[in-house]
Amino acid sequence: MSGAALDPRTAPKFQVAAKALMGDSQLRKNVRHATKVIQTKRAKVVAEMPDWQELRESGKQIRKHTMRHLDFYLEQFERNCTAAGGVVHWARDAEDARRIVVGLVKASGANSASPTEVIKIKSMTTEEIQLNKALEAAGIHAYETDLAELIIQLGHDQPSHIVVPALHKNRSQIREIFQREMNLPDLGGTPQDLADAARKFLREKFLRVKTAVSGANFLVAETGSVCIVESEGNGRMCLTLPETLISVAGIDKVVPTFQDLEVMLQLLPRSATGERMNPYNSIWTGVDKTSNGGDGPRAFHVVLMDNARTEILADEESRQTLHCIRCGACQNACPVYQQTGGHAYGSVYAGPIGAILTPQLMEMHHAQSLPYASSLCGACYEVCPVKINIPEVLIHLRNKVVKQQSSGFNILANPEVMALKAVAMVFRSEPVFRAAQKLGRLGELPLSRKDGQGEGWIEWLPGMLGGWTQVRDLHVMPKQTFREWFEKRSKDAAGRRAGDKAGKGSDDGR
Amino acid sequence: MGVEVAASSSRDEVLRRIRAAIADAPAVDATLIRGEWDALPRNYKRTASLDREAILEMLEDRLRDYDANVVRAKAGEVSAEIARILAERGKRRLVVPMGLAEALGESLPAGVEFVVDKGLTIEELDSFEGVVTASTVAIAETGTIVLQNVPGQGRRAPTLIPDYHLCVVRAADVVETVPEAMARLQAGASLATTFVSGPSATADIEMTRIKGVHGPRFLDVILST
Repeated sequence: MSGAALDPRTAPKFQVAAKALMGDSQLRKNVRHATKVIQTKRAKVVAEMPDWQELRESGKQIRKHTMRHLDFYLEQFERNCTAAGGVVHWARDAEDARRIVVGLVKASGANSASPTEVIKIKSMTTEEIQLNKALEAAGIHAYETDLAELIIQLGHDQPSHIVVPALHKNRSQIREIFQREMNLPDLGGTPQDLADAARKFLREKFLRVKTAVSGANFLVAETGSVCIVESEGNGRMCLTLPETLISVAGIDKVVPTFQDLEVMLQLLPRSATGERMNPYNSIWTGVDKTSNGGDGPRAFHVVLMDNARTEILADEESRQTLHCIRCGACQNACPVYQQTGGHAYGSVYAGPIGAILTPQLMEMHHAQSLPYASSLCGACYEVCPVKINIPEVLIHLRNKVVKQQSSGFNILANPEVMALKAVAMVFRSEPVFRAAQKLGRLGELPLSRKDGQGEGWIEWLPGMLGGWTQVRDLHVMPKQTFREWFEKRSKDAAGRRAGDKAGKGSDDGR
Repeated sequence: MGVEVAASSSRDEVLRRIRAAIADAPAVDATLIRGEWDALPRNYKRTASLDREAILEMLEDRLRDYDANVVRAKAGEVSAEIARILAERGKRRLVVPMGLAEALGESLPAGVEFVVDKGLTIEELDSFEGVVTASTVAIAETGTIVLQNVPGQGRRAPTLIPDYHLCVVRAADVVETVPEAMARLQAGASLATTFVSGPSATADIEMTRIKGVHGPRFLDVILST
């Protein structure tokens, strides 16, 4: 699963990809270990918070309120960010965003010593739009500086988790990658050795490269500030040292006020990495050229990207998908993700949130198998810090997929839909239904076997129906339906009453 | 010119799509929206529930949990404590922000070279053995110290490039919860702000927490009471 980018347009169906990945026992072991560790840590720090449910409710309501007034808050952010010296760009789609970023990087190189390189902070939004490939095509090399993203980049791999993208790799696999790609044949194998190697490898880049690209965790409308939450300090390096900073953010990342961060900054770290607070949060506003030689980049750009988010906004039933703050808790809690890992989802957004987000970002033209990549157990809903009812949205999207597949010419290509249409016809008319029952009883005769108690069972069904009997036996149809029994009983009773009347007369008086 | 036209049409198009998508929401009016925001439920904990000493102990405990060293010093003895810790660490040349002595209310100890950051370059900052700063507020519940670009704390780069950070936290600036801290930070909301919770760390390799990746790998905290 390395090399080619995770692209929902070309990815195989989830069920097919999952089956292949289930055969990789090392991958499954790594994913199981990682998700178990994060879940345990999360449970511990969430249990510390007596007001966790109140925080979740506030988180949900803040997000919901923001989405209802998204235009207002984005314009407010734009105004305040611009007033503070930032430059706000708007991108309709991925292509727009890529073109803007590539143009800005090139322009930033005009008076810089290293116009062909950028340093990057882990950003799923830039993964979503495959920005690195576009930069590469323009002759710009992007250095990923988050440890996990570095592992992915050097290993020519793809992210499998939104918070811990390399969780499918264990230490010896990472050591091999670093030995090969950093030319360190004697590199030790402890996590500390590996982190030290990354520190050395990247430090020179941090101090030298003059342009950085980031995502954003939150945009604060009230102040025009941007907030980035991280652990390693690579984020701070990219946000502070370069001359130009370009932050790419989905239009869903805005929060109304600085105060609202008090909710998000409690929900996010505990849900994402099981920490009370992650090591570093940075909040900055525009550019500061004046204080003491300037604090941070001299040029700051924010790219506000739609890329189908407005499509999701327009669907009232699935709008809550946009409430997501990208903590990854649903991925860790999901029994399906725990088995398959992230690559099976064919998207940088894997797990339950990916199963609802990806097909909608594709405007339901691709990734239609993802809403089915769930047992609807509800574990994702329970851990979601902003209470996104993922199972509800999954069902809503399944409905959309079914409608899509059962309209127009699609019917002819889909035997399941044809069969269900036939069933619907049978159910609509009582005589037809009765006839079908009679026919069924006749049809099942050659397939049924009697067990020890004289009960009839079908162990094998032909064709598409065989899926049912692959793992369970089917009881034969009863000899009589309830209606038949009831009608016969009424007739018998009427017959008896008629007989009684003829014999002894009425018994009305008792 | 062509680019500008494309840019403004992208902006209009995105805003148009948003407005079409949320046509179910009531008409946009800043006052109404503010009223709706004011009415959002906030039933989570927003004030302290512990006494002062317990809050300070919680901060110490949480900072240590994240591998930071914490000591207490009485006001007036902070400078001596700085000297002691730096001697113990063997640090002789450190960068400090402007206005540190004023922020601490004490002069910096002698015998150590303190270079004031007046716009030092990245390369110059890379040559220091560490940095000493004050702080704006500290959050006990999460073991967090908040730095802002104000006198005594300064720009962000000096607390990032050197490998060692000694930070002085005044007991009066310690709060129990995140909401209390955000309320104190509100006045300087647009200043460059960094929340530091222990030294830099990662858990990207097999979820094992490793101290020290790119930020300072060593963090000492003096709690001045």
